[in-house]
Amino acid sequence: MTAVQRSAPPVRQQDKTRTWVGKSIRRVEDPKFLRGRGGYIADLVRPGMLHAAVLRSPHAHARIVSIDTAAAAALDGVHAVITGAQAVELTEPLPDFGPDPAKLTWRCLAVDKVRYVGEGVAVVVADNRYVAEDALSLIDVDYDPLPAVVDPEQALQDGAPLVHEPMGANLAYERTFDFGDVDGDFAAADVVVRDRLRWHRSGGQPLETVGAIADYDPSTGQLTAHTNSLSFTSYLFMVATTLKMPVNKLDIHPVPAGGSFGSKLFATKPLVLAAMCSKAVGRPVVYLEDRVDNISNCDHHGSDRVYDVELALMRDGTMRSLTIDTIDDYGAYMQFGVGHHGNALAQVTGPYTIGSVRYRVRAALTNKNQQGAYRGFGSEVNNWMIEQMVDKAARELGMDPVQIRRQNFIQPAQFPYFIPTGNVYDSGNYDAVLDQALELGEYDRWRAEQARAREQGRYIGIGLITAQERSVFSATEFWFWFDEPGAPVTSMPESVTLSVDATGGITATLYSGAFWGNSPETMVAQLVAEEFDCEPQDVSISYHGSKGGLPATGPGGSRTTVMLAGAVEGASEKIKAKARRAASELLEADPEDLEWVAGGFQVKGVPQQRKSLADIAIMLHLFKHSFPEDMESGLEESRVYDHPYTTMPSADRKDLGVFYPFMGHACHIPVVEVDIETGQVSFLAYAAVHDCGTLVNPRSLCGHIVGGTAQGIGTALYEEFVYDDEGQLITSSFLDYSIPTAMEVPELRIGHVETPSPYTPHGIKGGGEGGRMMAPAALNVAVNDALAPLGVRVTELPMTPDRLRAAIRGAGAERR
Amino acid sequence: MTDKQEISLTVNGREHTLAVEPRRLLVDVLREDLGLPGTHIGCEHGVCGTCTVLLDGASVRSCITLAVQADGHAVRTVEDLARGPDLHPLQDEFWDKQGLQCGYCTPGMLMRAVEILEQNSDPTPEQVRQQIASNLCRCTGYQYIVEAVVAAAPRLRGEHAWDPTIPTEAKA
Repeated sequence: MTAVQRSAPPVRQQDKTRTWVGKSIRRVEDPKFLRGRGGYIADLVRPGMLHAAVLRSPHAHARIVSIDTAAAAALDGVHAVITGAQAVELTEPLPDFGPDPAKLTWRCLAVDKVRYVGEGVAVVVADNRYVAEDALSLIDVDYDPLPAVVDPEQALQDGAPLVHEPMGANLAYERTFDFGDVDGDFAAADVVVRDRLRWHRSGGQPLETVGAIADYDPSTGQLTAHTNSLSFTSYLFMVATTLKMPVNKLDIHPVPAGGSFGSKLFATKPLVLAAMCSKAVGRPVVYLEDRVDNISNCDHHGSDRVYDVELALMRDGTMRSLTIDTIDDYGAYMQFGVGHHGNALAQVTGPYTIGSVRYRVRAALTNKNQQGAYRGFGSEVNNWMIEQMVDKAARELGMDPVQIRRQNFIQPAQFPYFIPTGNVYDSGNYDAVLDQALELGEYDRWRAEQARAREQGRYIGIGLITAQERSVFSATEFWFWFDEPGAPVTSMPESVTLSVDATGGITATLYSGAFWGNSPETMVAQLVAEEFDCEPQDVSISYHGSKGGLPATGPGGSRTTVMLAGAVEGASEKIKAKARRAASELLEADPEDLEWVAGGFQVKGVPQQRKSLADIAIMLHLFKHSFPEDMESGLEESRVYDHPYTTMPSADRKDLGVFYPFMGHACHIPVVEVDIETGQVSFLAYAAVHDCGTLVNPRSLCGHIVGGTAQGIGTALYEEFVYDDEGQLITSSFLDYSIPTAMEVPELRIGHVETPSPYTPHGIKGGGEGGRMMAPAALNVAVNDALAPLGVRVTELPMTPDRLRAAIRGAGAERR
Repeated sequence: MTDKQEISLTVNGREHTLAVEPRRLLVDVLREDLGLPGTHIGCEHGVCGTCTVLLDGASVRSCITLAVQADGHAVRTVEDLARGPDLHPLQDEFWDKQGLQCGYCTPGMLMRAVEILEQNSDPTPEQVRQQIASNLCRCTGYQYIVEAVVAAAPRLRGEHAWDPTIPTEAKA
């Protein structure tokens, strides 16, 4: 292993008593949403705004021979029709972090050929959406259909149809990483457990689709945009390049997102389409996806992997090494490269002391919509993979599933713990989480219940899993795949400005579109209230546009709360430093003799000698001349908070450095019953215990756990974007793409363990993805536990009734 | 398709007479013509319930209801729930229990909950869960929505008042 210089941040003392951090206050975001005044993208109207609609390919793979737009353009109320070929003149390719964008080129509309069902071929701008869709039906496209490639393994065979001819193959990326002495560990092992696992694609599918309003002003060359896509000043500037305009003429304003779950992360295409159209017609244009647009073309389908895995163990259950060989079906483009596997490498060995790992990834191109982000970003798939292997190992070794996990846990005294890939786990107490989960989930009672049920011919399964929840990503996971990153470590900043008005009221300004159903405003309100001893609901929150904004990355990878906490802490320190100095002038006391108590500065030991923040603020706003020359009017400070702990990968990539250091952990224990006649899975109980460090708002975190678990249940049992053998998407509506209703989701029992991070403000870790990181793994284990008496082991998600019935039949396990 | 037809709607107690294309959806008339953006569009084929409004007191999917079908009828939307600064008890309880995250399904969910509690003023949690299954929520996993609707029932029966100062801790 090549040594990498590790510069850990200083260890914090997390012992202070807190007033607001840790309290389940009602969210400050909610009243507007409850009243139906959320101000989503569909609610915004600009004077003179026109509406765009996109014509989508019905073919999975076809050459575009010609497009006749004359009839559409002639329709009353139509202002413009732009084809993919015309869009090439107006825009550059879309921002793309994938391998070889010059050969694997991704544009806002297809140009010479379409590569999946739903790919856009032309856009219409009209007075309203009805007319725009009328016009779409008048566009005549002559397609020359090509054979489609749908299965990722077949895509890698010689002679498969090529998705991108310049690539010369459908293998877009391949690399094998070795971390530690894999061969030595396998040679020393007593047992090797092998399996082939299949995870099919699902996606976030928020109830609100992606949209953007673009308003181009030809007199200034400025483009003002509103969008519910996220990732702001630090990344969306790349859209300016696509639009062939200077970054300082582009001003993007965030709009609340009606759900994302990753799928609105850096969603640039709708914004580019709206902007291209606005520039073409000189009026504001809104492009808002409909549901078919979003399901077929959101660029945010989730992971789609085939795994061949080997887990090497000693006979006593000690896990030694893991080799992973995965093919991931990326679809037709690769906007984020194989970052999803970088993400998995952050916690690839789970909570266990596995000493070495071999990770081979092959990225296959197929005629499907491309992958993007879905809550977990590939780590949830890794969690599922490891836990299936551990579960299989326990069965093969005849061990108790609790014991095999417990005896391989990293112990509290071992933190900070570097896993073989080089990433660090900052802190944890896995036994404490497990113990609480066993109690909360009534594990022993359910085992007894299960034994009784089996005697009655009922198939009850208990799905214990223990897995990781990384938080606060550094972007190295997107580029350590390549030997020549051409960049130093990425800082991923987030910024906050705190302004204290003349009456002492505090406004916090955020610089990324942080709201996508999480609670950034509540978090900031609680953190500011903690610093200044005010009420959280009295803190005003606003969002800055990208123009003139401070660096900000936006949500993703469960980073928001930790990063905003760092920025709030830093800005508060600056405010208090200035306020202390002002108070010392007003009180004629040495600044060092003052202490901050209950919302103001007072002389130590003389509480009647005191200035509240309001007293200080009005002086600083209106009476500057009462202060020394070098003090300026006002009381406003900003802090740009950079990723607190990330290091460079080694040149040989045997050590990837620190890139996801704040490591949460959870134990889920669902209890299910499988009806072997119908393949239906129903819940008898579900317990979930999470450790995300110090809690800011417990109920808010509970909401993430329950909601993420519901999505994980969808992934495990119901949801799949199904493409048939010709590449036709046959789940293009919510009739076919089955999202769990209240009847498919159980009542969860939730527990918390709080092991603070030593490196973050208050010891907070991110917790936004945890439910979905755990539930698919837990349900697969539960179903296999239920069906174990039949000799059935399911290795493919989602476990639809069809698949379960096939597995039960395949095992010859019919009751009759 | 473009010949407009005159219809009259009573929306949240206010009468409107307007001319609409026969193909125009009720949700678009509410949002765009009447300036009531609280009713949202989710799936556009009647599955998710995001666009739920009450038509003569019964829930309908306004994304698959033509405006002309509502001619002469009374429509109730989320904008009718709060009274000035005072939220409706269901809104209070959704807030208190965090029965929402992104807020997008919330108006439809609230209108469905109004209907549920009008039909049964004292439902069990199981009944609420079953009946709320008409509407999808992608954020919450429904648990706190069920809790909120159950908690609102006694308040709508006038049994106890709302304490706006004390948030309810999540049950472990």
